[in-house]
Amino acid sequence: MRRGLGGHLRCLRVAAIPAVFVFLASCASNAPQDTLSPDGPIARKEGNLFLFVFAIAAVVFVLVQGLIIATVVRHRHRPGRPDPIQVHGNTKLELGWTIVPALLLVGVAFPTVFTIFDIAKEPTKNVLPVEVYGHLWWWEYRYPTLGISTANELHIPIKTDVRLSLHSIEPGLPAAKGEEFATGVIHSFWVPKLAGKQDVVPGRVNKLTIRAERADTYHGQCAEYCNLSHANMRLRVVSQEQAGFDGWVAQQRKPIDVPQSGDAAAGFALFKGKGTCIGCHTMQGVQGAVARVGPNLTHLMGRETFAGATFDITPENLHKWIENPSAMKPMRPEKGTGMPKIPLSDNEISQLVAFLTTLK
Amino acid sequence: MAVAVTRAPARPFARPKAEHGFWSWISTVDHKRIGILYGVTAFLFFLVGGIEALLIRGQLAQPNGKVLTADEYNQLFTMHGTTMVFLVIMPLAAAFGNYFVPILIGARDVAFPRLNAFGYWVFLAGGGLLYSSFLFGGAPNGGWFGYAPQTNPTFSPGHGIDFWLVGLVVTGIGSLTAAANFIVTTLNLRAPGMTLMRMPVFVWMNLVVSFLLLFAIPIITVALFELYFDRNFGSNFFNANLGGDPVLWQHLFWLFGHPEVYILILPAMGIVSEVLPVFSRKPLFGYSVVVFSGIAIGFMGWGVWAHHMFAVGLGPVANSAFAASTMFIAVPTGVKIFNWLATTWGGDLRLKTPMLFALGFIGMFTIGGLSGVTHSIVPSDYQQTDTYYIVAHFHYVLFGGAIFGLFSGAYYWAPVVTGKLLDEKLGKAHFWLMLIGFNLTFGPMHVLGLQGQPRRTYQYPKGMGWDFWNLISTIGALTIALSILMFIINILKTARNPERAPQDPWDGRTLEWTIPTPPPEYNFAEIPVVHSRDDFWHRKYTEDETGRLVRIPAGGSDDAEDHEHHGHEEHGHGHGIHMPSPSYFPALASLGIMIVGYGAIYLKSGHWWLMAIGGVVVLAGIFGWGNEPLAEEH
Repeated sequence: MRRGLGGHLRCLRVAAIPAVFVFLASCASNAPQDTLSPDGPIARKEGNLFLFVFAIAAVVFVLVQGLIIATVVRHRHRPGRPDPIQVHGNTKLELGWTIVPALLLVGVAFPTVFTIFDIAKEPTKNVLPVEVYGHLWWWEYRYPTLGISTANELHIPIKTDVRLSLHSIEPGLPAAKGEEFATGVIHSFWVPKLAGKQDVVPGRVNKLTIRAERADTYHGQCAEYCNLSHANMRLRVVSQEQAGFDGWVAQQRKPIDVPQSGDAAAGFALFKGKGTCIGCHTMQGVQGAVARVGPNLTHLMGRETFAGATFDITPENLHKWIENPSAMKPMRPEKGTGMPKIPLSDNEISQLVAFLTTLK
Repeated sequence: MAVAVTRAPARPFARPKAEHGFWSWISTVDHKRIGILYGVTAFLFFLVGGIEALLIRGQLAQPNGKVLTADEYNQLFTMHGTTMVFLVIMPLAAAFGNYFVPILIGARDVAFPRLNAFGYWVFLAGGGLLYSSFLFGGAPNGGWFGYAPQTNPTFSPGHGIDFWLVGLVVTGIGSLTAAANFIVTTLNLRAPGMTLMRMPVFVWMNLVVSFLLLFAIPIITVALFELYFDRNFGSNFFNANLGGDPVLWQHLFWLFGHPEVYILILPAMGIVSEVLPVFSRKPLFGYSVVVFSGIAIGFMGWGVWAHHMFAVGLGPVANSAFAASTMFIAVPTGVKIFNWLATTWGGDLRLKTPMLFALGFIGMFTIGGLSGVTHSIVPSDYQQTDTYYIVAHFHYVLFGGAIFGLFSGAYYWAPVVTGKLLDEKLGKAHFWLMLIGFNLTFGPMHVLGLQGQPRRTYQYPKGMGWDFWNLISTIGALTIALSILMFIINILKTARNPERAPQDPWDGRTLEWTIPTPPPEYNFAEIPVVHSRDDFWHRKYTEDETGRLVRIPAGGSDDAEDHEHHGHEEHGHGHGIHMPSPSYFPALASLGIMIVGYGAIYLKSGHWWLMAIGGVVVLAGIFGWGNEPLAEEH
C-alpha cells in the first residue's frame, strides 16, 4: 500500500506541470466571452495584469505542491527508520518566508495601483457618451449626442472611447415623488473582450470606458445577480467602422414606415390599440409611443436578438414570445417586472408579428 | 469544576433524570454530547447542501439545462451557500470546539453548560426555520449574500427572504452564545500549568474565531434587521428611491462576511496544526509564529471586506487601499503554509487518513490562497468577480480548505469520541475520491470563469465554449458524492465493528489521549497539571542532546492506563465530582425563539400572536433556567 501510494504521488508530480499548460491552453479555445483574448485596451491591461500575477502564482504553486510531494516521498515512514530530530522552529527561515512573500506582494501592488488609476481615467479626446440603463432583465442604450436609443445590442464606432454612464431604472414601477422613474436593482455591465465589469447601482451613476479595436460583435451579459431572470440579461456590442456606424445612426433616427395594408397594417392597429403595446414600448413616428418600460421597437429587425439578447429574432420566436412571454423567459409581470401576457388571439398575434417584422 | 449547590426553589418541571435515550439528548448539558449533536446535525445539513449542489451541477451539465426552472435554481444556489456556510462549516467547527476545547485545556466542561446547550438548540431552530421555507411557499432566492434591493418584496415576492433573514438572525444568537462561552472557557478554565502559550493551536484558533464571531455577528444582525424592516415596515435603509443606499447593505454584509471567511477556515487550520505534528512525530514548527499569524489573520480580516465590492464603483483610492490590505493578509496565511510544511520536513510521516486530509488541506488551500491573491489585483478582478473563477476560488478555500481540515479532524478524533478507529482502507478511498472529485469539480471552474461564465445563472447558451468543462465539473461533483458515500459506509462499518481502539492509537501529543475513550462525563478524574506544550508527548518522550526522540521508559502512559481503569466505574459520582445537571430549559427557550421567528416571518399577514406565544415560551424557558441550580444535590 505504501509503495502504491508513493507511486500515485510520483504520478501527480509528473502530471502537475502539464496540467498548468492544459489549463492555459484550455483558456485559448473559442469562447466569445473569453477574458483572456481581449479586443480592447482596457480588457488587455486587465488581462496582462492577470497573466503577470498568474505567472508568479504558478511558481508558488509548483513550489508548495512540489514541497508537499517531496516531503511525502522523502520523509514518509519506513520501518526501522530512527525517530526524527525534534526541530521546534527556525527564526531565520520563518522571517524569510514572511519577508519574501511580502516583498513579492509589494512588487505586485505597484502595477496594480497604477492600472487601477489608469483605467479610471476619464477619456478626453474623441469620446462618444452613451447612457446605459439596466432594466429587469434587458439593457437600454441612449446616445445623448446623437438623439437615438436602442436595446440590448450596443453599436459603437471602432477606435473610439465610448464612455458609458450606468443607471438602474424600472419605469414599470411607481416612482418616488419628484422623480421621473423608480430605481431598479443592481446589475453589472460586462463585455469581457472589451472591459471588465462595472456595477449598475440604483441611486448612483457609475462610469465605464469601452473601446473596440476592430469591427466585430462582442458578447456580454449582466454579471450581478438580479434575481429571477439574471441568466437571461445578456447583451451584444457591435463595433463598426465609422462609416458603417454613421449609417446605422441615420437608420435609427428614422421613424417607422406605417404599413398601409395587409396583416402588417392590422398588426399596427393592434400595436396602438387592443394590444396596448405603446403603453410600454417606444415607436418613433407613432403619437404617444414614447414609454421606456420595454425596449424601443422602432428598428427591432435591425437587431439579431431580443428579450435581453436571449433569443434570435425570428417570426416564430416573436409569435411564441407574445403568446406567453414568461413561458419563454421567467419574469414577474404581476410585480411590474417583465412583459405581461396580452390576451390576443392566435391570428391577432400573427398580425402583430407581421407588423413587427416590417420594422427594419 | 466546583459547583456550589444551593437548595432549589419551586420549579415548573421536575429535573430531567434520563441518562440514555431521546430526552437525555434534549436535556443534556454535557459539552461532549452537545458537540456530537452539533456534528451529527451539521453532517445531515452537509448531505442536504450536497444534494442541492448535485441538482445545481445536474442543471449545468449541459447548455440550456432543463432539470430546474430559473426560480428553483435560484432557490437552490441560495440555500446551498447559506447551508454550507451557516449550517455546515460553522457548526462542524463548533462540534469540534465543543467536544475538544475543554478536554484539550484539561477542563471538565465549558464555563456555561446550559448556555452551551441553548446555543445548539438555537442553531437547530434557525436551521429549521430556514428549511421549513421549502414547505411554506418557497425557499429564499436572493443568494447567500442577499443583496439589496433585489431582496425587497417587489423583486423577491413571497416569504422566502423573510425566512432567510429570520433564520440567520436566530442562528446568529447561537453563534454569539457559543463564542462568549468559548472565550470564557478558554481564558478561565485551563488546567494548572496550561498557560496560553502551551495551549494546542486548535484551542487558539477556536479562541480567535470566537472573538471574530463576537464582533462579526452583531454586524450581520444589524443588516438583517434593517432589511427585515425594509421588507416589512416600509423603512428605506437600502431603498435608493427614497434616499437609502443599497451599497450600505454590501458594506455591512461584507464587513461581517469577510471575517466570516476566517471564522470558517481558522478552525480547520487549528485541526491541521494538531494533526501534522502527531503524524510527523515532530513538534509544530514555529508554534508561536503559527499562533501569532492566526491572530494576525483575525485582525487583518476586518480590513479587507471591500475586495468583494471592487466593481461597485467605490473609486480608485478605496479600491487601491483594499487591494493592498487584501494582498498583505496573504502574508500570515503563507507563513502558516510554510510552517506546516516545515513541520512535516524531516519527520517520520505516517500517511494515515487524518494525515492525508491534512496534507490535502495544505495543497488545496494553497490553490485557493493563490487565486485569492489574483482577486486583490483589482483590474483583473473587474473581469473575474461574479464569475465561476470566484466560485472555484472559494471552494478551494472552504471545501479544499475547511472541509478537508474538518474531515482530517473527524478521522483523527473519532477514537476519542467513539472509542473506535475508522476504517483505514475506506478512509483512504474517501480521501482519494474526494481529492480527485474535488479537483475535477472546481478546477475547471477557474477556466470557465476566465472564459466569461458568470455565476448564479441557471442556464447558459450553446456556443460559449463552456460545455466541456461544465460536464467535467458535474462528473467531479458525482465523484465527491461517491467519496461521501465511502465516509458514510465507513461510519456504519465502524459502528458494527466491536473492536476497540487502543488508548492512544496515533501516539498523540495532547490531553485528549490521556483519558478513557469515550471520555467519562467529567473528562478527567483528576484535573491534570500541565508542565509543557504537548504535555502528554513529553510524558512519553524526551529529547537527547542531538534533538532525537528518546522514549521515557515506563513513563507517562502509565497514568493513562490508570485513568482507563477509573473509566470503567459507572460515573463521576464515585469521585465526588459534581457535574452540571441536565435541563430542559435551554431547549424550551430555543423553541420559543423559533415560534417568535415564525411570527416575525408572517407578521404582515397578521400572525403577531405567534410572536406573543413564542415570547411567553422564551420567558418561561429563561425563568425556569434562572430558577434551577446548575447542579442537583445527589
